[in-house]
Amino acid sequence: MGTFLTNSSIGRKLVMSITGAFLVLFITFHMAMNLVALISTEGYNMICEFLGANWYALVATVILAAGVVVHFVYAFILTFQNRKARGNVRYAVTSGHKGVDWASQNMLVLGIIVIGGLAIHMIHFWSKMQLQEIMGNHENALGYAVTDGSALIAYTFSNPINVIVYLVWFAALWFHLSHGIWSMFQSLGWANQTWYPRLKCLATAWTTLIVLGFAAVAIGFYIKSLGCCAGC
Amino acid sequence: MNFTLKIWRQKDAKSAGKFVEYPIKNISPDTSFLEMLDILNNELIQKGEEPVAFDHDCREGICGMCSLHINGHAHGPSQAVTTCQMYMRKFKDGDTITIEPWRSAAFPVIRDLVVNRGAYDQILQAGGFVSVRTNSVPDGNAIPIPKADADESMDAAACIGCGACAATCKNGSAMLFVAARVSSLAKLPQGRVEGARRAKAMVAKMDELGFGNCTNTGACEAECPKAISIAHIARLNREFLSAKLKD
Repeated sequence: MGTFLTNSSIGRKLVMSITGAFLVLFITFHMAMNLVALISTEGYNMICEFLGANWYALVATVILAAGVVVHFVYAFILTFQNRKARGNVRYAVTSGHKGVDWASQNMLVLGIIVIGGLAIHMIHFWSKMQLQEIMGNHENALGYAVTDGSALIAYTFSNPINVIVYLVWFAALWFHLSHGIWSMFQSLGWANQTWYPRLKCLATAWTTLIVLGFAAVAIGFYIKSLGCCAGC
Repeated sequence: MNFTLKIWRQKDAKSAGKFVEYPIKNISPDTSFLEMLDILNNELIQKGEEPVAFDHDCREGICGMCSLHINGHAHGPSQAVTTCQMYMRKFKDGDTITIEPWRSAAFPVIRDLVVNRGAYDQILQAGGFVSVRTNSVPDGNAIPIPKADADESMDAAACIGCGACAATCKNGSAMLFVAARVSSLAKLPQGRVEGARRAKAMVAKMDELGFGNCTNTGACEAECPKAISIAHIARLNREFLSAKLKD
């Protein structure tokens, strides 16, 4: 029964939409978690401790990684098949189509930027926190406790280059999700003329909230690092 | 009006093609696009040159034969019309007009601007029909169909199978065509009973013929000469997925 998930075009899109939905829910949670760091150092570190190398956090990490890998691999399979279907001879003249979003035509490129940002993010944080905990270390190379996420955020975003890199990453994420979220409903068949404006509005609002939440932490910690609001 | 036509010329399916420029003069703004090509062909024949091969039949927007990609748009820059319904007044005097055949692996070029769209026929043969016995024409009022359903079915049935959707799609996907066929029948009682079989068979054939995967860009809807909505693609997704999950 499940073979249609690999050998039919609609099945493959179903896989993309389900893994995409899962990843959207995860980053929504991640954004909400990050906002705690702006409010309370102790509160954020409590969450980091809770999500350390405990068995449930490790299981969740493996499932999350599997979601990313499947979404990524399917994206390349779909793109390869689509390029083949398009043929070798391209149009000499191309023109924009009315109502077609730029993001929808560039999902793979945006996705690659998002994955690139994810790799940098994992080097900055995961490799210095959960990975160290798995390896049995209590401190990372920077000398911070492996559950001291707040200190790591403050350290990372005190560097303006990191802030810019993360903002570029968030911008790519905004474009990717602004199409991806409503497209997910379309691929599942949960859309119609009445719901298109609502779904697109939901996708834009949800994506904007996620990106603003992430950006607020990066910019907020950079401003704090300048020491211009000691009383904050 | 005077134009420079930049037309794709290709001797046959196996030969390499190239663009050839043709100046054309004294064209009335009220000349249709295909009439303008007829005038060009008359001039070429008089000069002893090969006329440009292009598909056409009804010239009233219902047969789906005129399949030209004009200045970067399937069926030209006009919205919701076929090539044959477009007039030269849509262009500016002195314009260069680039005319190309559909570019899609599933629609190979046969000659000049003519492509083989037999792949769509094969998809239809796989399931785009009703096999239930409907007897002779019944009294229309004897079959209770809500107007909204009848309207939606008719909107989908407006598809003329011209191939603009797959030719426009950056993924070479035929989803809008298949969705229109599945949707037009799924909304009516005679077609509903075979909805699951139809969706599975047509999608399987579409995939087998090498059409791409839909990524919901909506370019097909924007370029469709009959303005078929991608809401029909959502219905096809529902029909297909629910049929597969019941297997």
